[in-house]
Amino acid sequence: MSEWMMMSLGHATLETLWMVCAAGFFALLFGLPLAIILYATKHPRLWARPILHHILEVIVNTLRSFPFFILMIALMPMTRLLVGTSIGTTAAIVPLSIAAIPFVARLMETHFNELADGLLEAAQAMGATPWQIITKVVLAESCAGIIQAQIVTLITLVSYSAMAGAVGGGGLGSMAFNEGYQRYNLPVLIVTVILLITLVQIIQMLGNYCAQRFSKTAKA
Amino acid sequence: MAHAEMIVLNNVSKYYQQGSSSFCALDAINLSVEPGSITGIIGHSGAGKSTLLRCINCLERPSTGQIFVAGEDMLALSKADLRKMRQQIGMIFQQFHLLSSRDVYQNIAFSLEIIGKDKKTIQATIEPLLELTGLTDKRHAHVDQLSGGQRQRVAIARALATHPSILLCDEATSALDPQTTQSILHLLKEINQRLNITIVLITHDMQVIKQVAQQVIVMDKGRIVESGQAIAVFGHATAPATQALIHETFHDTMPDYLQLRLSPTLQPDKQHVLLHCIFVGESAEKPLIAQISAQYGVSTNILEAHLETIQATRLGFMVLELQTANAALIQQILQFLQLHQVKVEVLGYV
Repeated sequence: MSEWMMMSLGHATLETLWMVCAAGFFALLFGLPLAIILYATKHPRLWARPILHHILEVIVNTLRSFPFFILMIALMPMTRLLVGTSIGTTAAIVPLSIAAIPFVARLMETHFNELADGLLEAAQAMGATPWQIITKVVLAESCAGIIQAQIVTLITLVSYSAMAGAVGGGGLGSMAFNEGYQRYNLPVLIVTVILLITLVQIIQMLGNYCAQRFSKTAKA
Repeated sequence: MAHAEMIVLNNVSKYYQQGSSSFCALDAINLSVEPGSITGIIGHSGAGKSTLLRCINCLERPSTGQIFVAGEDMLALSKADLRKMRQQIGMIFQQFHLLSSRDVYQNIAFSLEIIGKDKKTIQATIEPLLELTGLTDKRHAHVDQLSGGQRQRVAIARALATHPSILLCDEATSALDPQTTQSILHLLKEINQRLNITIVLITHDMQVIKQVAQQVIVMDKGRIVESGQAIAVFGHATAPATQALIHETFHDTMPDYLQLRLSPTLQPDKQHVLLHCIFVGESAEKPLIAQISAQYGVSTNILEAHLETIQATRLGFMVLELQTANAALIQQILQFLQLHQVKVEVLGYV
């Protein structure tokens, strides 16, 4: 493998990391509040608003049922509006974020739903406001779950970013498709796949470490 | 409204919509609780006691009726005022409901954080509570490391931290073993006496009522079927639900072999009569059975007997066999027992 190829692989890895991290950041930034709103608008002890909840449900389900590839194409005008272009690594962050936000929100909401209702009831009986219940009970008690949801989302973003790469998004996906597949460069194809596998492993390990460390500090 | 009472419920009903039909969880409940008392609400599961307890702090809003706590009309309060009022009403639960993200100290601090107390005040409040509940050396322990009894103590400390005037206990000892139950009940009694906190507890366990409740309310199918002083309710139970609870608790039932031979009416082949007697207070301390033998010349045989002490009053249950089938004589003995305040019932003939 030429030195140029090695440099390209390194560059592609950084591009993938950039896409995954940026989209992961936006997923958390908007996904967590969305998860809280989804949960609170349904919960009779918090802020039950059935109509609003129903509307949000439809939006989340719709976005989640789009195949990522189609979503990316459908969002092209919006991407162009936001970042000035619909091609390239930075442009790919828009559809990646849009796909990840409802995804992570649903995962986090599922973790919230698993909390014992008694915890909320006890806080309510103590005179806690809905906001206090959310911050001091729901979020504090679901910390490990929130981390896990974020990890799953990051890993999903790695595979989505590879798909985005195949249509001009850059990164390891684009490398694998353009160099490896279309130009029959088998070593490049194999290396990119190995790099993607390694990336996923590292994210999972870091995530497990964070989740474990968190629950340890809670128990110490 | 009656300010002298701590809790007053006027004609409180609660219906749940179940599809097209509605289910009545509480049916026109009236009750009042005096300040500083311990009131026990007992009933089988589904009797509505949990709903009733939650109406007191409006975790459940009744469909109709009025609720007054310390003279406040609970249902007329704004959301903010209701939250303030709830800080006056501590509550503990069967499953403790402690936060696993916090240690013992932080769990107790939770109720104080909610009302915006500063760290110094919180510490000053928690120290004596740790002592009262015997958790001083556990302050930094995590919830996972505590036994059930210790968890309930944390929950009690958390409930008391805001200096409530009422403590609601939702099956607080039902998840605990008998010995731990005893220690928690002792603690509740101590809290009641030392801090003059009104306690309302619900339970399906007669032993809990027996030990701590001054006033007893028996619930069945959403209604209060019996209420009053503990000893009066147990000694003179008339409602079938109360009688069923007494039978379960004190096991004053007949041995099976007699149950099979028992006939409700006097038959030619039956020679003995079986009586069920309840002795309350003084009558439990008199040698009445010996007197029957001496006075009427009838041999007696005690088949089952239990003596209980409820709030310092004796309560005895007995299944008695009289070795006679003479109807006139039996009648005289029944009158003799009733004269001595024994509640007696003919079970049948064997």
